[in-house]
Amino acid sequence: MPALTDSRIYKWVDERFKINDLVDYLSQKGVPQHRHYIFYYFGGISLFLFIVQVITGILLLMYYRPGADTAYESVQFIVANVSFGWLIRALHSWSANLMVFAVFVHMFSVYFTSAYRKPRELTWLTGMGLLGLALAFGFSGYLLPWNELAFFATRVGTGMAGALPVIGDDILIVMRGGEEVTGATIGRFFGLHVAILPGLFTVLLAAHLVFIQRQGMSEPLGWQNTTAAGRKMEKFFPNFLLKDLLVWLIVLNVLAVLAVFFPDGIGAVHWPLGVKADPFAPPPEVIRPEWYFMFAFQALKLLPAHVGFVEGELFGIMVFGLGGLVWTLVPFLDRKSHTGEINRLFYAFGWLVLAFILVMTVMGYFWE
Amino acid sequence: MIRSKHLALLLGLLALSPLVFGQEDNCVTCHREFEDEQTGPSHMFVRDIHAQKGLGCADCHGGDTAAEDMEDVRRAKNYRGVPTHRQVPDFCARCHSDPAYMHEHNPSLPTDQLDKYKSSVHGQRMFRERDAKVADCISCHSVHEIGSGLMPHSSTHPLNLPQTCGKCHADAEYMAEYGIPTTQLDDYRQSVHGIALLERHDLGAPACNDCHGNHGAAPPGVTSLAAVCGNCHVLEAGLFKGSPHQEAFSQNDLPMCESCHSNHLIVETSDIMVGSAEPAVCVQCHEPDDGNAGLQTAMSISTAIKELRLAQEEAGKILAEAGAKGMMITDEEFLYKEVNQALIQARTQVHAFNADSVMAKTTEGLTKAETVQTNAASLIDEYYFRRKGLGLATVFITILAVALYLKIRRLEKNQ
Amino acid sequence: MNQQKSTRRKFLEIVLGGGALATLGSILYPVIKFITPPAAAEADPSQLKLDFSRQDLIDEPKKARYFKYGKDLGIILLTGAGELKAMAATCTHLDCTVQHRPDLGIIWCSCHNGKYDLDGKNISGPPPKPLAAYKVKEVGDAIFVSREEA
Repeated sequence: MPALTDSRIYKWVDERFKINDLVDYLSQKGVPQHRHYIFYYFGGISLFLFIVQVITGILLLMYYRPGADTAYESVQFIVANVSFGWLIRALHSWSANLMVFAVFVHMFSVYFTSAYRKPRELTWLTGMGLLGLALAFGFSGYLLPWNELAFFATRVGTGMAGALPVIGDDILIVMRGGEEVTGATIGRFFGLHVAILPGLFTVLLAAHLVFIQRQGMSEPLGWQNTTAAGRKMEKFFPNFLLKDLLVWLIVLNVLAVLAVFFPDGIGAVHWPLGVKADPFAPPPEVIRPEWYFMFAFQALKLLPAHVGFVEGELFGIMVFGLGGLVWTLVPFLDRKSHTGEINRLFYAFGWLVLAFILVMTVMGYFWE
Repeated sequence: MIRSKHLALLLGLLALSPLVFGQEDNCVTCHREFEDEQTGPSHMFVRDIHAQKGLGCADCHGGDTAAEDMEDVRRAKNYRGVPTHRQVPDFCARCHSDPAYMHEHNPSLPTDQLDKYKSSVHGQRMFRERDAKVADCISCHSVHEIGSGLMPHSSTHPLNLPQTCGKCHADAEYMAEYGIPTTQLDDYRQSVHGIALLERHDLGAPACNDCHGNHGAAPPGVTSLAAVCGNCHVLEAGLFKGSPHQEAFSQNDLPMCESCHSNHLIVETSDIMVGSAEPAVCVQCHEPDDGNAGLQTAMSISTAIKELRLAQEEAGKILAEAGAKGMMITDEEFLYKEVNQALIQARTQVHAFNADSVMAKTTEGLTKAETVQTNAASLIDEYYFRRKGLGLATVFITILAVALYLKIRRLEKNQ
Repeated sequence: MNQQKSTRRKFLEIVLGGGALATLGSILYPVIKFITPPAAAEADPSQLKLDFSRQDLIDEPKKARYFKYGKDLGIILLTGAGELKAMAATCTHLDCTVQHRPDLGIIWCSCHNGKYDLDGKNISGPPPKPLAAYKVKEVGDAIFVSREEA
């Protein structure tokens, strides 16, 4: 195959933008080969799923109408009357859930390989920002069909924000666009979901990707201690990229199968359109948040009414806040990893958090 | 220290207190002291509509409200006391049949109740037979807590009325000497009207008085029954009137509507009521080869309706299957409702006892049912099409993936 | 041997290219069909254009026609004075379909003799509530119906 640098298009671009140095630098980029290699794919999978979300989201935008009188009907219209509307909607729902899952796997794999250590602190911080935005995407998007399921989940979710001291009530009113969840809430969640969050996400994502390209793939701890022969590297361009593409193809096919066979979700992770939201109707027996919020929901349910002199729910939120802060600042707290050594304390903390999330999630679905 | 000056002032104020605090009705003051709180008139009367209109004990019973002793009360010229059973209608009518008087208190109330009562079975037995057990005003309206029939707690409110009539009419022992059945209340409660009114609180459904009248209560006569039912069931009554049954029934003195539908135990109609064999009601009069086309017509009607009903069920099944497969069926459900509408209209047409008019409606319904079936079937086809489409896309993607994999392998080998 | 390799390589390139095109096709086909607007342009339009004219109503024996508005059935009628009025056609008693009675100047439900005036107000019989009224606008020959503001 002729080299990229020989092609006419390349010469045309290089003449104008002097990209030779950049291309030279990028062609040196390597991917370390080791037993945790498979986790390198999850960042790319998250990115792919985000791209799917943007495309399907833009398509849905053509027919979705925000507003208490029109939202539900427009989604029903998309699913029933628009050609392949059922497919675009199912893809959007599945891709959203898979993306959050991929992002969590990506985050935990980065954590457990201490890839956040110097010099990649900012990559970790931008990543945490992206995680927060992804969850915000999920929460805001969930309300948009304005069905019973979403209405009550949103009411409970925003209600928890109101539990914060001092600022809680104001935050709740700003989130809901009023005291209650109404069409006004749809308005601002919609603006958030299609304009504000995509803008912020794109900025953070661009930074995240630029950092990765500049610094290359993180090596596992103790990589430098292996022999030169043991340190196998694979070229990023074109080898890893093509493999990434292959993985994306497989993920695309999995998405398509899920969308066709389980358009309304599977098992407890269910999102049928159901009935339209009625603010005056009594809440259904079981109100569930999306699965990725379930662990927090369940944990808060288990807390007693009061812990000491602090209200139970508030205590829970504070603990989560503190935990989240520690997790976000881990590159600066875990000094040991800078020297390339495994930090057993932070390792244990990571497993604790993972176990907590898994147990709480399972409990939330199966334990009554 | 209490000076005599102060004492005089105090006594003076006490004497004048009635002027300050309003005339005290001594009837109420005295009677309240010894009457039971639940059942004593002086306690109950505050709930009565007459009290709310500003009337007091003396306005009905006469007497002097200022008197402090019963003897003084009885001595008053206008004292009427407690009326006997026979006297009650006239007692109430003293005001209620006086248009001039009623005009001052409630101009919209009719004043013909006594006249109507006199024409009713109750009134006839009261005045002609001197029946001591028959209903008078207070039997239905209660006494001392009379409420307008629009008020939910009133004994004459539609939701309470069947119970009020049933106080006598459902009491077999009480009614034993009159020779009329006492099953009406029970029957009514099981009927569509009773369930609609008493369970669903649908005030559009008739209570006893809507068919029997209230003050002029009398069972509708054989000839007027159709007119009574026809007040709501206009189409059925109209069709019946134009049907061959109208003459046949009136000639044979058969009660219309009731002969097939009963009077109190009117149950939900079903398609098995029309036909040429039991349990159809047609065979009550018609026999095969009796000279008219009765049973033949019944058979045609029954067949037509059955055909539509089956088509409706079939359409419903396919529609449910499409819905269960996750397809959106709102448009088809809309059309499905129209099939039901056609069925209702066909069943109404039964009362013309003419197979052609019924079949006109069933044909309409059959066409619509067919459309529903076709549309639902195509939705199910779409369901399978999606899977085939996915299969094809999967084949393409797999080919691409395999080719890509081989390409990668080749690349690595060459490096 | 080199020829074999070269033909195999060419074959792979062709399959790769073909597979890529086919996959792209199976992605683009649903997308293009999706952005093509369906027959019914909107779920519940704020304004509905009726596919018949005033003259069609004049020709109707009962001077009225039914139409589908979103999920509901509506009725539009011509009053004696030549005015167009439209409202929901489902009786508020037990959901039968009402009809226009130009001979009586009312809207009538044949199920239990419920009566509404021509503005949809329930005036007699079992119906507990009025029929939801729609706004009617005539633009040239076309008739537009929209829901009343709450």
